[in-house]
Amino acid sequence: MSAVPSHALQPILDVRGVHKRFGGVEALKGVSLSLHPGEVVALAGDNGAGKSTLTKMISGVYPADDGEISLDGKVVRFATPEAAREAGIETIYQDLALADNLSIGANIFLGREPMRRALGVLPVLDRAKMASAAKDTMARLDFHVDRLDAPVGRFSGGQRQAVAIGRAIYWDARVILMDEPTAALGVPEQRKVLSLIQSLKAQGRGVIFISHNLQDIFAVADRIVVLRRGSLAGERRIGQTTHDEVVKLMIGG
Amino acid sequence: MASLTPSQVLNDRASRGSLSRVLLLAARLRAWLFLLLLLVLFEVWAQVSYGASFMFSSYNAQSIAVFAVAPLLLALGETFVIIAGGIDLSVGFIMGLSAVISAQGANIAGSYMPAFPAMLAGIAAGLLVSLIPGAVNGWLISKLKVPPFIGTLGMFGVARGVAFLLAAGTTVPVTNSDFAYLGNGRVLGFPLVVVITVLFLLLMSYILGQTRFGQHTYAVGASEQAAVRAGINVGRHTRKLYLLSALCAGLGGVLYTARFTAGAAQAGEPLLLDSIAAVVIGGASLFGGSGTILGTVAGSLVIAVIQYGLVFIDVEPFWQFVAVGVVIIISVLVDQTQRKLGGDR
Ligand SMILES: Nc1ncnc2c1ncn2[C@@H]1O[C@H](COP(=O)(O)OP(=O)(O)O)[C@@H](O)[C@H]1O
Ligand SMILES: [Mg+2]
Repeated sequence: MSAVPSHALQPILDVRGVHKRFGGVEALKGVSLSLHPGEVVALAGDNGAGKSTLTKMISGVYPADDGEISLDGKVVRFATPEAAREAGIETIYQDLALADNLSIGANIFLGREPMRRALGVLPVLDRAKMASAAKDTMARLDFHVDRLDAPVGRFSGGQRQAVAIGRAIYWDARVILMDEPTAALGVPEQRKVLSLIQSLKAQGRGVIFISHNLQDIFAVADRIVVLRRGSLAGERRIGQTTHDEVVKLMIGG
Repeated sequence: MASLTPSQVLNDRASRGSLSRVLLLAARLRAWLFLLLLLVLFEVWAQVSYGASFMFSSYNAQSIAVFAVAPLLLALGETFVIIAGGIDLSVGFIMGLSAVISAQGANIAGSYMPAFPAMLAGIAAGLLVSLIPGAVNGWLISKLKVPPFIGTLGMFGVARGVAFLLAAGTTVPVTNSDFAYLGNGRVLGFPLVVVITVLFLLLMSYILGQTRFGQHTYAVGASEQAAVRAGINVGRHTRKLYLLSALCAGLGGVLYTARFTAGAAQAGEPLLLDSIAAVVIGGASLFGGSGTILGTVAGSLVIAVIQYGLVFIDVEPFWQFVAVGVVIIISVLVDQTQRKLGGDR
């Protein structure tokens, strides 16, 4: 793999002072976070700290009550997850939501299927394009697919998570949000996902990685942002902190 | 930078021995194998008992094809709905409603215009009216979140009642020579209803296999969550599915009226179970996510061959229920085994 791109001065994603309230619950109380190209930022914190809520605001699921989010220095306000995806923000979830009966290519293109004209007139799905895109994309993740028409339901959890990540890469997502992407996986599969995160980083994409596993975080992240009860509890570069310090930030001192 | 894991080949877990490959292939083609088996059985029986051929008689072949038309039309729409993880129990009486409306429509129009446009008016009326219960089904299921089984069971009752009310409890004879020709005429020696059905099934096969609509139907059936996250409007897709199913039933009703030159509210009454059976025998799973038009065609032919064949060899007609039932059960067992083996559609 090529050298890690140096961090550009301008972050791709910049979250400034976002607030989110659900009825009586203040899920986020003014949180800020920035993400640079080729950077992996881990988001840590106890259950209910607000990690998922923060990623959902970035990905257009919820609007922010207050504060702003900028992409490439421009303030954005996404009305829907589709709008965020159009702008290059993809989310990978722990539940591996793929259409199990469809091929890798069909999953990568789900909702945006390429068409061609059969006999010059009849519009039909361009399966050849889907298959070749699947092959190329998975190869970029160091997966070599032998049967491009096999439904993804036949693959293991880690391989399916790779398909979800492949989908983000194919559509050239620059910001990839991963909400506990390894939570549903066994240990060897978790390692595969971690290596995929390293590939994304090497490709110059920005990754926000939510995990409960400090070992994983220390293995792939450049920085760690700790939330506690909706507020920023601390932010550290991975090389300059320890497990103990992060745990203290999480539970409060 | 070193990867944490070496590069790897994505291998599907089902690629085991050649025996399991053969079994999976057989499971996938089970409807065609059933069909072949049935044809051989009836052929042997016909040769032994009558010294005549069963399947190489063009009279028998055409009778089976004509016989299969109505259940196949219902099954085509049902295939889409079942692949998407739903079910449409109202198709039989939507067909009856369309049969009655198209007969009445053609009759009323016939007093203002010549036979051909009057027939077209009747057909249009039957198809358009059948879209109403389809739209209501889709609305109940997508907007009010009524389970498909319940929503369409309700519509089964409503369409049934309305069809009988409109027909005033009797059949509605059609006095339109063009409509009668549509149901009983021939093109190039083939029954017109069969030709229309074949063209329609090619269209349905194209929609399911080659368009985004078809692709999204499979996705919704596999994981609604995945479909939503991919930006598919699942509610709107669901509404289209039930409209499509109703339209297929409506066409079945129109062709019924054409064939019998009369519309009847009970036209599709016995066909609901046959159509669902055809879809299941054809390899679709009632859990959603799998099925094909080609499979449904085979499933419909299996049922038609059983029904016609048992009459042909002069067995008590009630045996057909037993035979179709057994085939359904075997199909579902094969489907379950196939899932365990990790096979796909
Ligand atoms: N849709 C929602 N409606 C109401 N409360 C919510 C909703 N989503 C999250 N919350 C609340 O906001 C807080 C933060 O939740 P979440 O972001 O899921 O935390 P985390 O992902 O860090 O475990 C919790 O108290 C949770 O109960
Ligand atoms: Mg969470």
